[in-house]
Amino acid sequence: MTDALCDLTGGELATKIAGGEISATEVVESSLERIEAVDDEIHAFLTRTPEVALERAAELDAHRGTGAPQHAVAGIPLALKDVLATMGIRTTCGSLILENYLPPYESTAWARLSGHGGVLAGKTNCDEFAMGSSNENSAYGPVRNPWDLERVPGGSSGGSAAAVAAGEVVWALGTDTGGSVRQPASLCGVVGLKPTYGLVSRYGLIAFASSLDTVGTLTRSVRDAAVMLGAIAGKDHRDATSLDEDVPDYLAGLEGGVDGLRVGVVAEAFGEGVEPAVRDSVRASVDRLADLGASVGEATLPHAEYTLSAYYLIAPSEASSNLARYDGVRYGFRAEGGTDSIDMMFRTRGEGFGPEVKRRIMLGTYALSAGYYDAYYGQAQKVRTLIIRDYEKAFADFDVLVSPTSPTTAFRLGEKVDDPMAMYLNDIFTIPANLAGVPAISVPCGLDDASLPIGLQLTAPVLGEQVLFRAAHALERDLGLVLRPPVLAGV
Amino acid sequence: MAVEIDIDHVARLARLALTDEEKTQLRSQLALILEHAAKVSEVAADDVPPTAYAIPRANVYREDTPEPSIPQAEALANAPEREDGRFKVPRIVEADR
Repeated sequence: MTDALCDLTGGELATKIAGGEISATEVVESSLERIEAVDDEIHAFLTRTPEVALERAAELDAHRGTGAPQHAVAGIPLALKDVLATMGIRTTCGSLILENYLPPYESTAWARLSGHGGVLAGKTNCDEFAMGSSNENSAYGPVRNPWDLERVPGGSSGGSAAAVAAGEVVWALGTDTGGSVRQPASLCGVVGLKPTYGLVSRYGLIAFASSLDTVGTLTRSVRDAAVMLGAIAGKDHRDATSLDEDVPDYLAGLEGGVDGLRVGVVAEAFGEGVEPAVRDSVRASVDRLADLGASVGEATLPHAEYTLSAYYLIAPSEASSNLARYDGVRYGFRAEGGTDSIDMMFRTRGEGFGPEVKRRIMLGTYALSAGYYDAYYGQAQKVRTLIIRDYEKAFADFDVLVSPTSPTTAFRLGEKVDDPMAMYLNDIFTIPANLAGVPAISVPCGLDDASLPIGLQLTAPVLGEQVLFRAAHALERDLGLVLRPPVLAGV
Repeated sequence: MAVEIDIDHVARLARLALTDEEKTQLRSQLALILEHAAKVSEVAADDVPPTAYAIPRANVYREDTPEPSIPQAEALANAPEREDGRFKVPRIVEADR
């Protein structure tokens, strides 16, 4: 059981490529072989792009031969969650309604990676329109967790997380509206970053809940997350909510350690519903941070108990509006047999959307409808203000906050599929960061008794990515976990 | 607080064709979710302003420079039906229903 090239981190590969030790083609071939070997079992990919990948790798190798310097992402195989538009390459959002959709434009995050030499290996499976926490809402069948094929990878970026965990790609992009990068990262034993809202352009991220949607990264090291973010962050005039901020060098200060760092442990995140193994592992990691010199105290987010309520009004409301565009006219699926245009739209949406998407469209439509808007959506937006204030108070005393990423490790396929409320509870610790727009990262911190990964979440103030990386990197280095999922035993 | 939802009305607003089975299931699931969601009114006092975006932006402009538009053929390429450079749809006068 030796590491293939695709098992190395992006940082390790970039050094080897720059030193002429290996070629981009060799790295990409390694990744494509791994996909061939394991993806029939894992089902992380909805579309594979091997020809495009090999062609791009050859170009990059030829270019490097001229001695020109290359970006740290050049030649490294990556995957994109299938809600990110790729020009001319099928983009389904995990939905039947976009089964054959070929976007006429590129998402900005992908365009930037591509411009730096990133190599696309394929588009990854996800919950339909990124709505879900288990990947079981994909119209194309679920992804399986590389740590236990009978368990879910988390969601909604489950395909991206599983692909990175299994070495099918070195890193991937996902999207995070309520935890959809961090929760699957936690369940699959990889690093998941949700940046500050607006730091990465949403252009070409097919919209779910626009005020919450962020593009995030799935990587096998904190350093790789810093490299990826540096490649995709920054102002984009195509997204009016993108922040007009200079992008810092996220690698500078990465090794700074946590001596003197004020770490707040979120009191509300260790109560009922949190598995003992998760609680103990996160607590033990906090002790490690204290041993490394951090000053640890208890933080509180008093309105945490209202976050799920607020989120399940705001996100479905925005979704019901955003998903109105799928009407069978300009793109996507059209149902047969409509007696007129309106009837065609009813049928198209009834046949084209899956159960969870319908549930959220109905919920959002109801919450926004005449007579209910103030009681639901209006009130939820006020709770959002209260949660932002909670964070402001907490960050007056602490540089970063710590909690579990998810209350549990990976659960069994089918276990929660008929109980929406139980499923929604998966995101209880990740949603607050979306409502407040602050950055958060999930790093692996241990394994439970069944050898399933546990994730620890660090949260920082708006644009606090550097302190987030520094703390996460210190913990990662100190723990020194070797995370090789059992599915790789046979390759 | 039990929430009574007129599923047919909401489905009409959302332009969603639902089966009877879906309606029954949604009626009970949405009532449950909304019961939980209604908790927001416990703390949303009158003096708390609403937040639409966590990091507010106002009057965001780009340089007013012309850029090429999407070519007509590309804009139509994903359409389920097209004719003479246009999107084609079933008749738009509503049938009796």
